[in-house]
Amino acid sequence: MPEHLMCELSVPGRVGFQYPESDVPAAQLPEDMLRDDLPLPELAEIDVVRYFTRLSQLNHSVDTGFYPLGSCTMKYNPKINEETARIQGFANLHPLQPIETSQGALALMYHLQMWLNEIGGFAGTSLQPAAGAHGELTGVLIIRAYHRSRGDTKRNKILIPDSAHGTNPATSAMSGLQVIELRSDDRGNVDLDALREHCDDTLAGLMLTNPNTLGLFDENVEEVNRLVHEAGGLIYGDGANMNALLGIIRPGDIGFDVLHYNLHKTFSTPHGGGGPGSGPVSVTEQLVDFLPDPVVDIIEPGDEESGVPPLYGLVAPNKTIGRVKAFQGHFGMFVRAYTYIRMHGAEGLRKVSENAVLNANYLLAKLRDTYHIPYDRVCMHEFVAEGRWAEAPDIHALDVAKRLMDFNFHPPTNYFPLIVHESLMIEPTETESKETLDAFAKTLIQIAEEAHSDPELLKSAPHTTPFGRLDEVKAAKELVLCCVPEYARG
Amino acid sequence: MFTPHTKADQDAMLTTIGIDRIEDLFQYLPAEYRFPDLNLPPALTEIEVLTELQDIAWANDTTRELVSFLGAGAYNHYSPAVVDAILRRGEFYTAYTPYQPEISQGTLQAIFEYQSMIAGLTGMDVCNASHYDGATAVAEAVNMAYHNFRGKRPKVILSPGVHPHYRETVRTYTRDSEVTLVGDQGEVEVDAGPEELIPLIDDTTGLVVVAYPDFFGRIFDYSELAEAVHEAGALLSISVNPIALGLLKAPGEFGADIVTGEGQSLGIPLSYGGPYLGLFATRQKYVRKMAGRLAGETVDNRGQRAYVLTLTAREQHIRRDRATSNICTNQGLLALAATVYLSLLGRHGLRQVSELCYHKAHYAADQISGIKGYELWSDQTFFNEFLVRCPRSAQEIYDHLLEHNLIAGYPVGKDYPGFENHLLIAVTEMNTKEDIDWLVAGLEEVLNA
Repeated sequence: MPEHLMCELSVPGRVGFQYPESDVPAAQLPEDMLRDDLPLPELAEIDVVRYFTRLSQLNHSVDTGFYPLGSCTMKYNPKINEETARIQGFANLHPLQPIETSQGALALMYHLQMWLNEIGGFAGTSLQPAAGAHGELTGVLIIRAYHRSRGDTKRNKILIPDSAHGTNPATSAMSGLQVIELRSDDRGNVDLDALREHCDDTLAGLMLTNPNTLGLFDENVEEVNRLVHEAGGLIYGDGANMNALLGIIRPGDIGFDVLHYNLHKTFSTPHGGGGPGSGPVSVTEQLVDFLPDPVVDIIEPGDEESGVPPLYGLVAPNKTIGRVKAFQGHFGMFVRAYTYIRMHGAEGLRKVSENAVLNANYLLAKLRDTYHIPYDRVCMHEFVAEGRWAEAPDIHALDVAKRLMDFNFHPPTNYFPLIVHESLMIEPTETESKETLDAFAKTLIQIAEEAHSDPELLKSAPHTTPFGRLDEVKAAKELVLCCVPEYARG
Repeated sequence: MFTPHTKADQDAMLTTIGIDRIEDLFQYLPAEYRFPDLNLPPALTEIEVLTELQDIAWANDTTRELVSFLGAGAYNHYSPAVVDAILRRGEFYTAYTPYQPEISQGTLQAIFEYQSMIAGLTGMDVCNASHYDGATAVAEAVNMAYHNFRGKRPKVILSPGVHPHYRETVRTYTRDSEVTLVGDQGEVEVDAGPEELIPLIDDTTGLVVVAYPDFFGRIFDYSELAEAVHEAGALLSISVNPIALGLLKAPGEFGADIVTGEGQSLGIPLSYGGPYLGLFATRQKYVRKMAGRLAGETVDNRGQRAYVLTLTAREQHIRRDRATSNICTNQGLLALAATVYLSLLGRHGLRQVSELCYHKAHYAADQISGIKGYELWSDQTFFNEFLVRCPRSAQEIYDHLLEHNLIAGYPVGKDYPGFENHLLIAVTEMNTKEDIDWLVAGLEEVLNA
């Protein structure tokens, strides 16, 4: 059942929140600058609480069901994260407070920077970028600034594999680089011959997601990185898939120069229905000076013997590219990621990735006979299947996806990566039990049977959800983007 | 830690896969780098980690322990209990971007409500589902204007009254592009009002960016500036603090083409700088030029009214290197916070909090300008923040009062050379008359110290 909009629920005169009376004398209001009307609803507190609670119940979420959305790492978000981020000493701290009053926050950021350096195998980290795509922009600006600082000004070309997420080419274009798409070979690796063609003195770098969006670890990664470095380019690592690599391999060790993390994927900060994310960027020693302003550093060493802690401060790196946003970054997400890393330690993080990869390979083994796997080898934390069968020509991956909703499963990512037809990209994550994976595999096998025996059942799915398929053409054509409330109509 | 597997589960799964050990899953990775020993502190349990983080947080003195008049782009407002109660619903915060609308109507309808309320508040036609913060929203406005004119109007005029961090962010975003930024490089005085920006506009100007209130708290009527901008064929972007819009004219009334803003004031905790909320609204005719997600109304196949992400062909996952912005993840949960906040306060509550800020700030300004040696820097109308010229170094005064657990404001000298004696003071509904009187007494006493 659809819920009414607030503009329809509004009743003139209802009040939801009361402020104290003013305790100062009233000042003269600027009559010529006042607005005539405020188009906001009038609701009681209970109206608001019920409205949003009922809306929430129309969502699928990690807390209510399996969410195997490939490339998104929809792992369980520990509840303790939500407690620690809300500790009064963090939640009410103003970003421009003097450092003497914010040593706790700065220490936490300093340690998180160090831990991300350690996990990725890098020399320096900026926590400022707000999301993965923002981290990519930061990284690409760093690469350009590095080349320019060496007087190397003709490097205007960046290579991006055809399996890459759309943010990679969009980011590169934003920073004024010419994007060249690299094809993948038949094992899903970067095609080395295609790469060699472009390795010249106009190459700024290569953006590489590894494991790639097929869920495969690039078997040529060391050779790829060697070729790019030989041509004078740098390697940008899209860390969207770091959940496969914690304690398994460090990107910095195998030749990556820059890497962004997604704290909202790998380090369990919640996705929030579309954000906030947090996209810290780590770099090698030669790039540390180019990091965004500011980073946290020790500005006065402490003395362990007498128990005096160091003094932490905000510092602008020497050749910084500048700020990429206001203030220091998504601090609330730093607290959550800190909590998560602290609860795992080195051994625990390795287990995260081991189990994430175990779960993906287990599902792959269970589904291989029913769904075609275009690049079928040992996968990392996710894999890509095809949602199509020659004998069921009307059925598309979309139909499989929609039918899954009838069983309280969120569908896998579909129609991405673009290099697989009718793709279903499945990432179970490490927080799902064998029982959940078994039930999911069983359902997918049943759906494959239905695709052949009763295709209409899939074409008309979902059936048991509160809403059926939506008319997307109507939405784009009519373009109703705001509720025009009764009280705001002329 | 959060993996449910028993040893028996793992063994059964390995058997199904057809391997003996988990390590075998990684045999294709470069052997010499496999399984590094990470130097991280040993794992803690939930009880221990909570204690550790409480200890860390204890080293901070917050706006609730100190008396604070610090604003400068982030404000200490009260967030009603309802806001966090809704944000804590796992159905909202553990969901992904609503790409599957049949099972994401909660998020989609909330975005639609958000778009409606922000459009109404700013007086614009359409609003996207958010940017990262007030700074990147301005950078995206610059980006949008540049693409709107297909690169033919690369000049952007930034008023010196736009938040210093926002201007720095725009500089970073455009450092490798053709965009040229003027206005805050000495072309006009720091105190320039809108009329002083007009002579900078020419036929290569694509965008003029001003703030409302500006960094110094001042409010201007931008109608004449808008006319001059439009006459030259350029666009006007206004960066707002939405709390002020509970009282003041919507920037749409001035003729703004783009309204951006920092939405933190709308029920979002200070949290040492983030996550906050980037507001972005524009005119209907630019809707296809605007980056970011949009929820649109439609129907489902059962005839029910429903919402879906629309005009997605503008976005990076479809257009790839031809997209004008790379934004993907945005500030979904913070947009929800602002939506709940605005719903609960409604038309009366928002006006009330806006007036409280106004009256308290004006009381503070009156009292402070009554102290010998202190004066208001500007006689322009202001909202809840104002710049005070102090009789000596603002940093010294500030440091002295900090020893008495008072954050007297924000010394602007580090952002505006020559303003070393100037203190930017913000007042919200959280500051009582007693706090203000204490600040006034402190500012007076410090002269004798």
